[in-house]
Amino acid sequence: MTTAEPGKKLTIALVGNPNSGKTSLFNSLTGLRQKVGNFPGVTVDKKTGTFSVPDHPNITLIDLPGTYSVFPRSKDERVCSEILCVPGQQPDLIIVVADAANLKRNLLLCSQIMDLGIPVIVALNFLDVARSKHLTIDDRQLEKMLGIPIVPVNARKNEGIADLKAQIARMPAIPEQGFMETAASPQIARIKEITQAKTDYAALLLGLEQENFTHIDPALQQQLAGLLNEHPLPATKIQGADTLARYEKINGIVKECVSSRKEETGPSKTQALDKILTHGFWGYLIFFGLLFLIFQAIFSFASYPMDWIESAFIAISQATHQTLPDAWYTDLLVEGLLAGIGGVVIFIPQIMILFGFITLLEDSGYMARASFLMDKLMQKIGLNGKSVIPLISGVACAVPAVMAARNISNDKERLITILVTPLMSCSARLPVYTLLIALVVPDQTVLGFFNLQGLMLMGLYLLGLLMAIVVAAITRLLIRSKEKGFFILEMPVYQLPRMANVFMTMIEKAKIFTVEAGKVIVVISIVLWALASYGPGNQMEAVEGKYEHSEYRDQYSGAELAAKIQSEKLTHSYAGHLGRFIEPVIQPLGFDWKIGIALIASFAAREVFVGTMATIYSAGGDEENILPLKQKMALEVRPGTDQPVYSFATALSLMLFYAFAMQCMSTVAVMKRETKGWKWPMVQLTYMTLLAYFSSLVAFQLLS
Amino acid sequence: MVTAAQLNKGDQAIIEAIDPSDVYLKLLDMGCLPGEKIRILNIAPLGDPIIMEVGGYTLSLRKSEAAAIRVKVTT
Repeated sequence: MTTAEPGKKLTIALVGNPNSGKTSLFNSLTGLRQKVGNFPGVTVDKKTGTFSVPDHPNITLIDLPGTYSVFPRSKDERVCSEILCVPGQQPDLIIVVADAANLKRNLLLCSQIMDLGIPVIVALNFLDVARSKHLTIDDRQLEKMLGIPIVPVNARKNEGIADLKAQIARMPAIPEQGFMETAASPQIARIKEITQAKTDYAALLLGLEQENFTHIDPALQQQLAGLLNEHPLPATKIQGADTLARYEKINGIVKECVSSRKEETGPSKTQALDKILTHGFWGYLIFFGLLFLIFQAIFSFASYPMDWIESAFIAISQATHQTLPDAWYTDLLVEGLLAGIGGVVIFIPQIMILFGFITLLEDSGYMARASFLMDKLMQKIGLNGKSVIPLISGVACAVPAVMAARNISNDKERLITILVTPLMSCSARLPVYTLLIALVVPDQTVLGFFNLQGLMLMGLYLLGLLMAIVVAAITRLLIRSKEKGFFILEMPVYQLPRMANVFMTMIEKAKIFTVEAGKVIVVISIVLWALASYGPGNQMEAVEGKYEHSEYRDQYSGAELAAKIQSEKLTHSYAGHLGRFIEPVIQPLGFDWKIGIALIASFAAREVFVGTMATIYSAGGDEENILPLKQKMALEVRPGTDQPVYSFATALSLMLFYAFAMQCMSTVAVMKRETKGWKWPMVQLTYMTLLAYFSSLVAFQLLS
Repeated sequence: MVTAAQLNKGDQAIIEAIDPSDVYLKLLDMGCLPGEKIRILNIAPLGDPIIMEVGGYTLSLRKSEAAAIRVKVTT
């Protein structure tokens, strides 16, 4: 019996345990025809792709989050349960990816899915791994005993995909018997009646999980809640008994279908590797070595493509300027829009490199070991073993680092990780630190061989790390979470990573960032451009008019004159007015209105500080040319006194401000994307601004 | 009464029961069932978490979680 007409648009869900090779199979089936969206209301990516089989040219494949049971134990898994049991959302067919080397545990999920009243195909993966464990699996016998089609595949090597597609084209029937009878009860019957669930088991799942489901019909949800309030279902008891009964039946099946040649063959490849990789000394050495390599890659290797992107955007900007007439819309296009897009694209190399490494670590099975090594330490501050990667990557750039926290499955631990990641001193702070340290810290050697400037820089980095730890420890007490943080983690067998997976993840992450965070960044860029380019009344025109006079024309060279005009224009722009407007607020920190302008401009990105200061002091310098700027800043005195503006107190206060303040719209945008809302980016912006303000205040007041 | 959290590296045991706890259902999902043999493969250098072999695969869990697994030591 076929349940789908030829040519009907099919939706197929891909389900499986974590590490069952689900992602590889998804990539094998859909290739690059993938897109990532959202499951409404939750922070879980919805990965879909398309492929075709004879008679069904347009199949949508949904990659559901990996899970061990249809009864969810985390938010990600809830998405999976919801799609599988809420009538109207259910797919036409489910492909269960099962790890043959781990058949028993994988069959639990499979058995549950067989009872949902949806056609099922099992893609039996990792038969090669099973063989290496001396396990022989009689897949025909398994098919007979389960009563559903079993297709052996090797997702990593693209083998068996054609057989799988042929099986999809034949469209299996809904399993007639299911796997197991669900214990009958009047409540289940009632739930089944009002929800029109396809089976008793689907009704049970709906009944137990309805309050957590997000896109179930609200009227129906209320009706269910009412029913269950009157006659509650003992959730733990029912699920426990169900799981035990299923495993008992599975044990019988496994006995018939799996034969194991008991051979005492020394420790496996994985056990041998684990001896080194989780060793008390070598394990940590290798882990930190890998972190160092990743850090180096994001920090230095990425700088080449980033330079190319920067040069390309400069070239495009210049070309646009030359081709288009000198008008406001050209400025908007070049200084607002193009600069904004450039600011988005510049992050792509770092994102791709970081995710290339992360996928390598995940795919090879190493990530689980790294979490195992680090969990105890991170647990103490409310984080998870997996928080280490985002935190360390944050030293290069918070944007890919925040995205990397996706791998942390517990919501609370993930949230704390991304809330504190931007406190790690990222590479954009480096030019600010360099300039200010050069200005106020003497270039001398202390204690024999420590360079004082170098020590100061290191101190700032350590301060960021320390603050991240402190904030994480505090936040842990403030954030309530229903979800229990547990660390029950399968240690997968080590495997050679599949390059296609690595490549596809890199593309996917770059795409997500560009599309989702890019929108916000471009809008903020345009706003900041407008603030710096326009001023109230006709003040801007007045500046230009002033420099038309020949006294200035004779006094300065062309370049100097342009710098002067730009500097004065910035002073009279809305940004300049804002700088003066906030001066009373920032004065206690030792900042004047000129620094105020730089602070406002720095919201786009911290590194803008140097450029803005150069414009204000019309030094015509950039990051590579900070020496003349440094000299000009050193000569700057407070009005009416001969005290320098950039005293040690001011400079330190300013460095602390840049160390703690959230001056990066890209991070804000990526936070919004990763938490699916404005709440957490705003919380983060607020706490970091307050932290920056008060640290600077205390530092300046104590030192001056 | 011995729990999996008290075992040393290399110890083998048989699960007798899973105590009611926050991780009760999760442990069952993961195949930690009464009657299953387990073997402690590794304990993290900092003393927690642990890695054990169960049902033909390896599972890592914190000691606080392993304390819910009541066992009978076999070696």
